[in-house]
Amino acid sequence: MKTLLSKLASVVGLLFAVVALNFLLIQFAPGDPVEVIVGEMGGASEELVAQMRAEYGLDKPVLVQLAIYVGKIVTGDFGLSIYYNQPVLSLILQRLPATVLLMLASMTIAVVLGTFLGIFSARHPKGLLSHFVTLFSLAGYSAPVFWTGLMLLILFSSVWPIFPVSGMTSIRGVQGVFGYILDVAHHLVLPAVTLSSVYIALYSRLSRASMLDVLGADYIRTARAKGLSERQVIYGHALRNGIIPVVTMLGLQMGQLLAGATLVETVFNWPGLGRLAYESILRRDYPTLLAILFFSAVIVVVANLLTDLAYGKIDPRIGGRRKPAPRKTKEATQ
Amino acid sequence: MQPILSVRDLIVEVDTGSAVHRVLDGVSLDLYPGKTLGVVGESGCGKSMTALATMGLLPDRFRIAGGSIRLGDEELTTVKPNRLRQLRGNTISMIFQEPMTSLNPLLTVERQIAEVVELHQGKSATEAREIALETLRAVQIPSPEERLAAYPHELSGGMRQRVMIAIALACRPKVIIADEPTTALDVTVQAQIFGLLRDLQCNTDTAIMLITHDLGAVADMADEVAVFYAGKSIETGPVADILDHPAHPYTRGLMSCTPRLRLGAAARLPEAGTLGEIPGMVPPLGRFPKACRFAPRCPLADTRCTTEAPLPVAVGPNQSALCWHAKEEVYV
Amino acid sequence: MTDATMEPDIAVTDPAQSPARQPRQPMPDKGMEVPQKPAHPVTEFARAFARNQSAILGLVLLIAMFALTFIGPFFYGVDPYEMVDMPFAPPGGDYAPLGTDYIGRDILAGIVTGGKATLAVGASAAFISVVIGILIGSIAGFFGGWIDAALMKVTEFFQILPALLLAMLLVSVFGAKLLTIILSIGIVSWPQTARLARAEFMRIRKLDYVAAARTAGAKNAYLIFAVILPAALPPLIVAAGLAVGSAILFEAGLSFLGLGDPNVMSWGLIIGQNRNYLLDAWWTVTLPGIAIFVTVLAISLVGDGINDALNPKLRRR
Repeated sequence: MKTLLSKLASVVGLLFAVVALNFLLIQFAPGDPVEVIVGEMGGASEELVAQMRAEYGLDKPVLVQLAIYVGKIVTGDFGLSIYYNQPVLSLILQRLPATVLLMLASMTIAVVLGTFLGIFSARHPKGLLSHFVTLFSLAGYSAPVFWTGLMLLILFSSVWPIFPVSGMTSIRGVQGVFGYILDVAHHLVLPAVTLSSVYIALYSRLSRASMLDVLGADYIRTARAKGLSERQVIYGHALRNGIIPVVTMLGLQMGQLLAGATLVETVFNWPGLGRLAYESILRRDYPTLLAILFFSAVIVVVANLLTDLAYGKIDPRIGGRRKPAPRKTKEATQ
Repeated sequence: MQPILSVRDLIVEVDTGSAVHRVLDGVSLDLYPGKTLGVVGESGCGKSMTALATMGLLPDRFRIAGGSIRLGDEELTTVKPNRLRQLRGNTISMIFQEPMTSLNPLLTVERQIAEVVELHQGKSATEAREIALETLRAVQIPSPEERLAAYPHELSGGMRQRVMIAIALACRPKVIIADEPTTALDVTVQAQIFGLLRDLQCNTDTAIMLITHDLGAVADMADEVAVFYAGKSIETGPVADILDHPAHPYTRGLMSCTPRLRLGAAARLPEAGTLGEIPGMVPPLGRFPKACRFAPRCPLADTRCTTEAPLPVAVGPNQSALCWHAKEEVYV
Repeated sequence: MTDATMEPDIAVTDPAQSPARQPRQPMPDKGMEVPQKPAHPVTEFARAFARNQSAILGLVLLIAMFALTFIGPFFYGVDPYEMVDMPFAPPGGDYAPLGTDYIGRDILAGIVTGGKATLAVGASAAFISVVIGILIGSIAGFFGGWIDAALMKVTEFFQILPALLLAMLLVSVFGAKLLTIILSIGIVSWPQTARLARAEFMRIRKLDYVAAARTAGAKNAYLIFAVILPAALPPLIVAAGLAVGSAILFEAGLSFLGLGDPNVMSWGLIIGQNRNYLLDAWWTVTLPGIAIFVTVLAISLVGDGINDALNPKLRRR
């Protein structure tokens, strides 16, 4: 309980720091936001400028401005999108699910496939597949993720058109909830595969190293001495231990994963936050960009909390140190 | 009496890539039901390797190159891997040296004990839990019901070793191999664990192979002794005989290194106040002398010892030693 | 137990690791140790590196890419900004061997010229991030306590922010100029180095020779930079090398999003400017991408090779 509270406190602190950073960016940007907005609007009257200044609170001292800014964000007011001319919050909430879906799908593919490749090559460290995994992981990590996406896009749009290469849904011909889900899944394939390629590589490498470690551990010998089959030893005893570094890495890399999602969404026109960020940059829509930064941080923080929870579930040594409540039994007091 | 486990002329080799070395070179042992065989020797002499070979758990690059290991009437060196798995943890089980690292840190004590019972006796989860509980009681763990739900990191070293013993015991095996079960533990805990093993043996008629470098433990626990040196069993016999009149110079040296064993033969050694020591070191693998492997360190070695490999010499009714000088009663 | 094969309690010397490779025979005489002269650490390192085939491959690729970038322009003097042929001329044409882009510029010329900017951005951004990382990590690791806690909070903060988004914001706010891009990448990508430096400092500061220097009256700054840092340097150098690779990827990503400096030819810029015509002219995007891929791959291979050579224990992995 105590750890949960301190964790929440640290989350709030981090999010506040993001807000403060956003504010700093506004302050230090060449020209104040109103000038930028006015510039984008192609000029405005004196009164309008003064009115906007007052609206943004730019006539007040810096600390007051910060307080006002924080207050606005706490109440969910992220301002108006300059381009879309609607509240940034609703804009972001429309786009958030697509990004989360993409991230979850890629993460699942990467963890499952990466771990299996890793286990396999750890069991046959001198085998062909092991070398292949090593090579593949280096390649996956060295190719720019958007470029991988572009290559897949070329392949699947002209050479072998079995997957849609753009958007999240088809415009026509979709019926019912089930049809909708299938349609989204169909569109999800290429973006998710692209984004996961980097991480399959990484996790296969990581889980290979950690499985090699684990398979040499004393408790694995114990498991073998019990007469368990090789499969039971691997999946019943080694896997949970071997996957711990992968989970740790997963938590650390949420920010990177989101960055990758930004690029992949741009490649495949996936209507998520990253695509929105790209559009906002083209249109110099700063309120939207700042809000995206904030919400990205929220996604990363939440994902980190979730991996922490998963970590505690996998490894009893960390997290809520569970002590079984003493039960009064005859045996207990022998 | 028929031995339950009988090892004959066991040869284990390791392939280092550039050469093949013999790690065990003709090891022979017998284990009888309800009896304890103490296996002693310096580290690296092949004690653990014998145990792992018997369990079929030799590490990569190691293999059995000759000899036989009979468990009851089954030959373990040629048995099918599946059958070996059925025997492991069921008919023959092993207690490892490191209780701190030999239990899976992520599984509860219940899971780790119940698993063996479910696997070998086809028990349901509830039955297995009952058996796990009984076994924990048998190894005298305080408040066993609570311990079932505990994870290894919540237990002390002594407790963990009790859990290891419980795992080894859960299926009532005919043979238990205990590989230095108390080396990592405090002296007081060590005594408790030995006491426990003795009691359990009285009730179940289990044969125990106790691997140790501690002659004191052997004196406490064992009925028979096998002394190992450089991959060979160089002296075997009943514990009382060997402690009273060790025939191999190495055994004698070993005993003079052990303070509380300076009785019997060793007590007659000079400088009774100080500990003796054996000069030199065990030669590294692949550099074993061709003839007697102990010759370079032996005070009695002569030309014959460096040219001709010694054969077992009977020095008592059940005692034999691998030494050309075994019959000579030399107490310098 | 750190390896796949459990080492039994009988020592098995790995033939690959003993410098003298004479056939080993059972020695009839006393089991005395054959004295083996340890090689000089640098020689030993070079040997370990040379045995690693993939590291050598990486080195060859890296040299090739350097040659392409720094010597290439002297042999292929086509102006990368000039229109040499029809737009979207496919590779193998008369005027542009690797084809042209959407306004008829020579792709090969772009690749040959663009490497300099790509490598420069990668190297200087990596340098900035490593300097920040070492500063923060070494101070945190050296002093520990609340200083460590505070600095690690800052590090955590930067790790939580999606680096690419922050860099996008910085570049779009302060303008897409080469310097802004370098600084932005440097500012957002130091946390990993900081963590590594911190871990190394925490390990080394406990060693005896540091205590000895401290007893001799060395000041903290001297201890940090002259006593501990040199010992912590090898893994940090490897990390710096790998950081160049990720900075190159980073720059390419920014360029792809339209945030590259339009006045400086780079591999990322070629991709970014042509990506909308991808389906009409695959080569405009594919070929510069291969250049990036090969360069980053070479850097990773060499980095891994150095790492393995520095940690002989992990060599058999």
